[in-house]
Formats: sequence, structure tokens, C-alpha cells
Amino acid sequence: MKIIVPVKIVAALDEEFELTDDSHEVDPDFIEWDLNEWDTFALESALQLREEFEEGEVIVVTVGDDESDEGLLGCLAKGADRAVRVWDEALEGADVLAVARTLAAVVETEAPDLILCGAQSSDSVTGSTGPALAGFLGLPCVAVVTQLQWDAANRTATAHRELEGGLVEVLRVHTPAVLTIQTGINEPRYATLRAIKQARDKPLQTVALGDVGLSSAEVQSVVGSQQVALTTPYRGSGAEILGGSPAEAAERIVEIVQERMSG
Amino acid sequence: MSGILVVAETRRGELRDVSLELVSAAAQIKGGTGESVAVAVIGADASTFAADLAVAGVDEILTVSVPSEQFDSLVWRHALESLIESEKPSLVLLGHTIDSLGFAGAVAARGSHGFASDVTAISWDGDLRASRGAYGDKLTADLKFPDKVCTLLTVRPGTFPVALPSGDAAMRTISVDLDGASQIEHVEFLEAATGDVDITKADFLLSIGRAVEDESEIERFEELAETFGATLSVSRPLVDAGWVSSDRQVGQSGKTVKPRVYLAFGISGAVQHLEGMRSADTIIAVNTDPEAPIFGVAHYGVIADVFEVADELEQQLG
Repeated sequence: MKIIVPVKIVAALDEEFELTDDSHEVDPDFIEWDLNEWDTFALESALQLREEFEEGEVIVVTVGDDESDEGLLGCLAKGADRAVRVWDEALEGADVLAVARTLAAVVETEAPDLILCGAQSSDSVTGSTGPALAGFLGLPCVAVVTQLQWDAANRTATAHRELEGGLVEVLRVHTPAVLTIQTGINEPRYATLRAIKQARDKPLQTVALGDVGLSSAEVQSVVGSQQVALTTPYRGSGAEILGGSPAEAAERIVEIVQERMSG
Repeated sequence: MSGILVVAETRRGELRDVSLELVSAAAQIKGGTGESVAVAVIGADASTFAADLAVAGVDEILTVSVPSEQFDSLVWRHALESLIESEKPSLVLLGHTIDSLGFAGAVAARGSHGFASDVTAISWDGDLRASRGAYGDKLTADLKFPDKVCTLLTVRPGTFPVALPSGDAAMRTISVDLDGASQIEHVEFLEAATGDVDITKADFLLSIGRAVEDESEIERFEELAETFGATLSVSRPLVDAGWVSSDRQVGQSGKTVKPRVYLAFGISGAVQHLEGMRSADTIIAVNTDPEAPIFGVAHYGVIADVFEVADELEQQLG
């Protein structure tokens, strides 16, 4: 039983940040990198399934440069068996479809029984890497899963899909399939100090596009969009900021609430 | 270029509002380009929605009958692929919804189409441009789609107004080749949890979020809400953590609320949360991060530590 968990090392902006000179990107000096929160839940689901079946392999895969290694080591420390990182200069600034195409090439070489992605990433929030991966692989996709049982012997997963307004759909899907995992499905574990040390002894494989049978032209041909500029969003007139001390702010809050509630 | 295709969304026999928002978006784009607008509705009951979709600006309604009683991401994937092949649209608009998430990216991937999700603005004068959030909505990315014959955009719900039924568009039935049996089987729907409180009925919500980092702090905000005459509601992280039941959750997967006053403590304002509370009459937000997206929808903002402000409110109200 083999489960692949594609992960992303996401960018969080510092409170103050600057754009690059051409305004196409944020200056990397103002970015902090971390494992995407949704992916920690996907990884936990995979680890729990491996524990339930008492066998199998959990492989984390990412598309990224060596800044991603620390995040992958974190996944290995939590219990993933091995990690694969794909990188090529052609993947710089890759969009969701280019990333999904690259992940698909790795998944094809591994032939897993199940693929669990985070439902979205905290930086790009496309929610579409997993579904696009399912498209490239020709596999079924269930997006935004909040509960999961897997009958591996019968190749059937039963999943809860979280719909708008708190409605839940229960469905069964034939596996292999791509499921995108929502936060709250489980309680992601922390790695022990010992496991963090041992993670360095686990396999972390770095591969280029050619190693997974892809050319940069093939990746380029699926790119779905090109970023022209980054701008600060227009936020209407914005909030009126209640300045002063916390005491003064609290006073104003009470006044505003009383006025609005009595009107 | 050969037109705009809107993919309507239905659930349990109801047309979802986002469908008519997409029609507005298409009508707006059509105004600048003169492109034709077709609205496709997919489902076992597709034809029953045709009249609801006959809106000014729609040229044609395409009903795509499939055997699935409920949404099935694999069937919808094949149905949309088949529609793109037969209708050859330049632009396909879908809602950025849970259902669309299940198949829009897959269709874009398989067809090497242009693609962007959660789009908040679209323009098309010669070249197609779209905008979407970046870095958790702190910035806006402007996108182009060079050399793409067809582009799929999933549009953020609430971005465009709901179009009102008025027109009389032609109707056409489309049959699609579904390429064998689906691998997904609907079992049942589970209704949203109901608790002792209905936050959608409250006039004054005191809402807390991720910055309330400890379960032991919840009780204190419950008491503060009570003293203030408010009902306590929460954002998703507190429900995920198991500290508060989901019937108190505001947002896309929780409740949509419209109180007279929404007082938010430590909620940064992820788009899914904003979707559930942006139409409150008065929004007051307390957050340490001046760049938090919630300040974009709030009427009043306090940039401060939530516990310090809570301390002061307790003193002044107590």
C-alpha cells in the first residue's frame, strides 16, 4: 500500500514587504517559508492509514528549490518514509497546472494506491493542484474531504465532502484517486526531537524534470496563466481605524455598539 | 473566438445563486466584445432549470443530461470536456465553489487550457485579463493567458450581482459521451449540525478567531459576549481545533450571518470567512496585523492585541 502526499512549502509575507523592481513578484527577502497548513492534515491522514493497515509507505513529493528541504525533513520527522523533490530552473514561478503536471510525472513513476493533497495552499489558494493532478492522471478526484475511510483491499474510499453552508456529502470513490484534505479532519502530530534527528537518515531524493521523463517544453505547454503584475488590492474606503490606547479603543467600541443596537 | 460558456451550478434541485452571478459576469464581458453567451446546466434534471437561466444577455441555454442524480466530479469533468469540444468557447466561467473545485482544474489540465481559480475581476478587450488574490489575499495578481484558445476561470462567489430572469433564450439539448461508468457513488447528504443557538438570528455577534490561541480563553469570550449582550460565534480554526461546535461557525462551510453588529476578535479574514459575514450592517475588527484582509470589509478597525482590548471591555462593561 503506497500513499503519495504532494506538499507545498508556502510563502508568508512579513508585515512590511516590498515588490521586485518590475512588480512581478515579492522581494524574497520579505518572505518566510513553511509547510502548507492543509498539507499537514493530508500527511496526518496518510500516516494514520499506514498505522491502521500496519504496512505501507507514505511518500511526500514537492516541486521546489532547496528552500523546500527543511519542510520535507519536517514531513519525514513526522513519519513519512521518504521524500522526493523535483526541481528545474524551468519551474521557477510555475503556475498550478505546471506544478500539477510535474507532480503527475512523479506519481506515474511511483504508481501509488492513493494520493492525498491539501485542499488548498495558504499563499496561492487555488484549491486546484489536486484536481489538476487528478486530471493529468485520469483519476477521480474528491475535493475538500473532512472524513475518510479506506477499504484498500476493495479499492474503495468513503469520504465526507464538505459543501457550502455546513452540508456534507458522503460518497464512495474507486481508488486510486486524488482526495484533497480539509483542515480539521484530524489532529496533525508533532515530531519528537529524536524523530527530527533521525529524519536526516531517511531518503530525500532530488530529481530534475528529465529524471521523471518530462521536458521543460512539455511543462511550459500546460501553463495556465502568466502573472503580469502584483498590486495592492483596492479595499473600498477601508475601515476607520480607532486609534489610541486599548482603553480608548474599547470605549469607542462600546459607543458604536450601543448606538447601532439602539437605532 | 467563439463565445462565452457559463457553467451553472445546481444542488438538490435548486439553482445556486452563483450561476446567476456568472451570467452577470458574462453579460458584462459580452458588452465589451459582442461575444455570444451560452449557459450550460449539467444534471439528470438539467432541463428543469432552463427557465430560471433565461436572463437578459443569455443567447442560448444548453441542457446537458447525465445519468447522475447528484453532482459527480468525474461525470461533470467529462461533460464539460465534451461541451468545450462541441461548442469551442473562448472563455468558460464557473463558480469558485466546492463542486467546481472537483473538476475545473482537471478539465483545464487535460485540455491545456488557460486557467485561473478564485478570480475576482475579468476584462476582455482584445486580450483576456483576470485578477485573483495572492499571498493569502494580501496582494492581487493580474494574469494573462497568452496563446490559449480556451480559458477556464472559476469566479469568486459574491463578486458579481445576481442577474434577474427576464430574457427568452433559445434552448438546446446536448448529449455527451460519458466514456463508461463513473467511479464515484453518492451515498447521502448529512445536514449541517444544529445546536442550541442559531447565530443567523442574532443581532449582535461577538466573533473570535485564530488569535485566541488557547482553549482556556474561550470561556472568557463567552462571558464577555454575554455581558455585552452578544452571541458568540467563531471562525473555522476554533472549530477545527474542537474547541467550539460547528453550529457557531461563520463562513463558507459554516453559517452566513447578517447581524446589525459583527465584532471580530483575532480573525484575519480568509475569503471563506468574509463570504459568511461581509453583509453585516456594522463590522468592527480587532487584529494585530494592519494588513489583515478583514480590515478591507470592516467599517471600524482596532489594531491591537485582542486580549488587551478584551481586558478593557470587561472592565468598562463590568
